[in-house]
Amino acid sequence: MDFAAMAEYMPLFIEAFWLTLRIGLVGILGSILIGLVVAMVVHFKVPVLKQIAGAYVELFRNTPLLIQLFFMYFALPRIGVPITAEACGMLGLALLGGAYMAESFRSGLEAVESIQFESALALGMTRGQLMRHVVLPQAVTLSIQSFVANIIFLLKETSVFSAISLMDLMFVAKDLIGLYYKTTECLVLLVIFYLIMILPVSVLGTYVERRLRHGSFGPAGA
Amino acid sequence: MDLLGLLGLDVLLKGTNALRLLGGLWVAVRVSLISVAFSIVGGLLFGIFMTWKNPLAKVISRLYLEVVRIMPQLVLLFIVFFGGTRALGLNIDAELSAIIVFSFWGIGEMGDLVRGALESIPKHQYEAAEALGLNRAQMYRHVVIPLAVRRLIPMSINLVTRMIKTTSLIMMIGVVEVMKVGQQIIEANRMTSPNAVFGIYGIILLLYFVACWPISKLGEHLERKWAA
Repeated sequence: MDFAAMAEYMPLFIEAFWLTLRIGLVGILGSILIGLVVAMVVHFKVPVLKQIAGAYVELFRNTPLLIQLFFMYFALPRIGVPITAEACGMLGLALLGGAYMAESFRSGLEAVESIQFESALALGMTRGQLMRHVVLPQAVTLSIQSFVANIIFLLKETSVFSAISLMDLMFVAKDLIGLYYKTTECLVLLVIFYLIMILPVSVLGTYVERRLRHGSFGPAGA
Repeated sequence: MDLLGLLGLDVLLKGTNALRLLGGLWVAVRVSLISVAFSIVGGLLFGIFMTWKNPLAKVISRLYLEVVRIMPQLVLLFIVFFGGTRALGLNIDAELSAIIVFSFWGIGEMGDLVRGALESIPKHQYEAAEALGLNRAQMYRHVVIPLAVRRLIPMSINLVTRMIKTTSLIMMIGVVEVMKVGQQIIEANRMTSPNAVFGIYGIILLLYFVACWPISKLGEHLERKWAA
């Protein structure tokens, strides 16, 4: 292993790491927002919007991000919507993630049993109190596992951005391998940087899941 | 310009473009079918291995699962395709690397599903089966396996659609699959059909959707049907 070469490549990888992380974070925040809105629309059965939301979720969950990105990046400018590679990456990740987040929020909301609503109403709670104190805490607890899985999934999906010529971690690694043939060194750096990005989320996610499980009602794991 | 040209679909009718695109799709389908087959067989074995109480078995399966869970599939593809050649001196072609990586990933995920399904069977099912006088073989055949399979199948169907979608990554290590063929067609017709980006990428999106959507729906249907 050529450590001098690795030290030399480090700044390039760090720069690519920040780019990947930036797109990943903006994309994930966007996906949470889209997911919340879509889950509400579907859960409260808003007419017309419900159908659109359903079609959106099915379309984005059943096609690969790579091809969604290609479509947006190369086809949008042809209809007069210029989009930078970075914006395209963020938009693509947010739209993909939104479809997954919507499913996990929706199933969380659905999984709260109707007896919980009824009991809260019987106790004299208002609708706002009902949502705040009874439904949402349970819905969040119920969807946290798939929520964490979605975040890890989205962070992993950031690896395809190099396809639309963003200088992300994959791009830098491939570029350096092609230039200097220091294959092992580049691959080790690549793995290290992805570990730095995803391992904390995975560990934190497991911890949060374990903590929140105490908040659920009924039989364990139900 | 007619409607086909406007939508960029005219290139599909030129020469053998449509056939070439389908040929590219077949490469992606072939890779996912082979990987799915390996994943199911390997995953069943790995899932049983994961239920062992042996501490070493636990450490190994834990590590394996974490690698599968954390590393993007594209990173794994790079490691096998570029690193494998370098480290082992073997010339692994891109398609074989893809099958190795997807099987490695699929066996891990499938194994975890198998473990979950086996562990989800409540102890009283075993006890009730014994109380009825079933022997071990009968117990597995009539009680444990039917229960486990009902939990396992919907989730493994989900894994299959994920694998089909992930095959789109293999173009990044140079496999000439549906996306690569699409790019070639777009490049070749840049002057005559400038709208081909719409048509070709749109058609490829549709092809993936047509492949994955019915499978996802089947999974959801089975999950609902077998719930509880």
